[in-house]
Amino acid sequence: MNLLNTFFNIPILIETFPLLLSGLLVTLEIGVTSIAAGLAGGLFLALVRLYGAGPIPFFAKIYIDIFRSIPLLVLLIVVYYALPFVGIRFSPFVSAVVALTLVSSAYTAEIFRAGIEAIPHGQFEASQALGLSGRHMMIDVILPQAIKIVIPPLTNNCINVLKDTALASVVAMPDLLKQATQAQALSANPTPLIGAALIYVALLWPLVTIVARLEKRFGGEKRP
Amino acid sequence: MSPLIQITNLKKAYGIFTVLHGIDLDIAEGEVVCVIGPSGSGKSTLIRCINRLEAFSSDSSIVVDGVTVGPGKALAKVRAEVGMVFQSFNLFPHLTVLKNVMLAPMRVRGNKPEDAERKARELLSRVGIAEQAEKYPGKLSGGQQQRVAIARALAMEPKVMLFDEPTSSLDPEMVGEVLDVMKRLAGTGVTMIVVTHEMGFARQVADRVIFMDGGRIIEQGTPGEIFDNPKEERTRGFLRAVLNH
Repeated sequence: MNLLNTFFNIPILIETFPLLLSGLLVTLEIGVTSIAAGLAGGLFLALVRLYGAGPIPFFAKIYIDIFRSIPLLVLLIVVYYALPFVGIRFSPFVSAVVALTLVSSAYTAEIFRAGIEAIPHGQFEASQALGLSGRHMMIDVILPQAIKIVIPPLTNNCINVLKDTALASVVAMPDLLKQATQAQALSANPTPLIGAALIYVALLWPLVTIVARLEKRFGGEKRP
Repeated sequence: MSPLIQITNLKKAYGIFTVLHGIDLDIAEGEVVCVIGPSGSGKSTLIRCINRLEAFSSDSSIVVDGVTVGPGKALAKVRAEVGMVFQSFNLFPHLTVLKNVMLAPMRVRGNKPEDAERKARELLSRVGIAEQAEKYPGKLSGGQQQRVAIARALAMEPKVMLFDEPTSSLDPEMVGEVLDVMKRLAGTGVTMIVVTHEMGFARQVADRVIFMDGGRIIEQGTPGEIFDNPKEERTRGFLRAVLNH
């Protein structure tokens, strides 16, 4: 009974639920913005790493390696607390989105690169033989096939980005986790934290099962 | 009249291994040329240099319809005028048969979708695939896929068609339908260069047969000259090996 009152206190949950939902909204705003920017940045990085002129692929690789090595929490704290010393001041929201995007685009770049490299060489040759420009070859022939292959790992990456938004609470962003800890302090009861955990699971579980289904579907399909 | 394709001193090497030892070859407009020879003789490399899918030595020269084949802007122009059919079809698996044929005319020639579609359907019926237009390539047999690939290349209205062993990866019962399409095409006056192991096709359709070995043209002539009265011992040896079994 005591345990129930401590962790699953329904009146407290009902009372703090609006706060948690406002936190969820912020979490989704950070997550969706970072995912979209990360996809665009990742595609750009993958293309310049594969086809850039001169030293560009080298620098793209350095970027990708660095941002896959740095812990996101460290990066976030650097962006929010260290950059102001050189006059670059971001709001908590922008800091969180910048840090998440920098890291997510590095991972996404490697996913896109693997997808493009999985396309048979004959597809490139047939496009070139028809006289398609490099841009049209990518847009009309290569990327539609490559993206289909990498949908499962891309979705996986989206899940990771959504989970990592919780780190934004460190820079005083009123996201789901931050609101939950706030509510916990106010009500002197950890039930809001349990509520937040349940909301995270409710949000991400469907995505996790979708990935599993996608992997089964695309994994079993014969590639041309 | 100057030849449609003028190949001068074509050299190509992979590291220290030389694939082509300075080939000179002129091809006239409307000519159907079959290139035969053992595998590794450089015949596929030769035609892949014509649209520069393979880079070649800088002191070599290939001129297609007055345009020099080299890196840079002119290459796109050459490629638009040179159609190619591959051994492994290389159709775009994510596009329907119809869209496969429509893509390049729309993107490269800037044709309107309705014009591209009309031409694509016409070409698909010419190669006998009209009723498969809405299917995806994966649903078609090898022979049907290769006929779509021919239609796709023809949709660009190329000045010359290159065929790189177009029947080599087909099941035996499907070779005939592809060769039939190619025979009809040869009859329409399209310039064709065909790398092939189909000696019957070469004898029947070619204006000129070229025998290559070790990266060189060993002998060339009419089908009668090459098949009935080869002058070179290597040609005789090759023909004996492929014809008598």
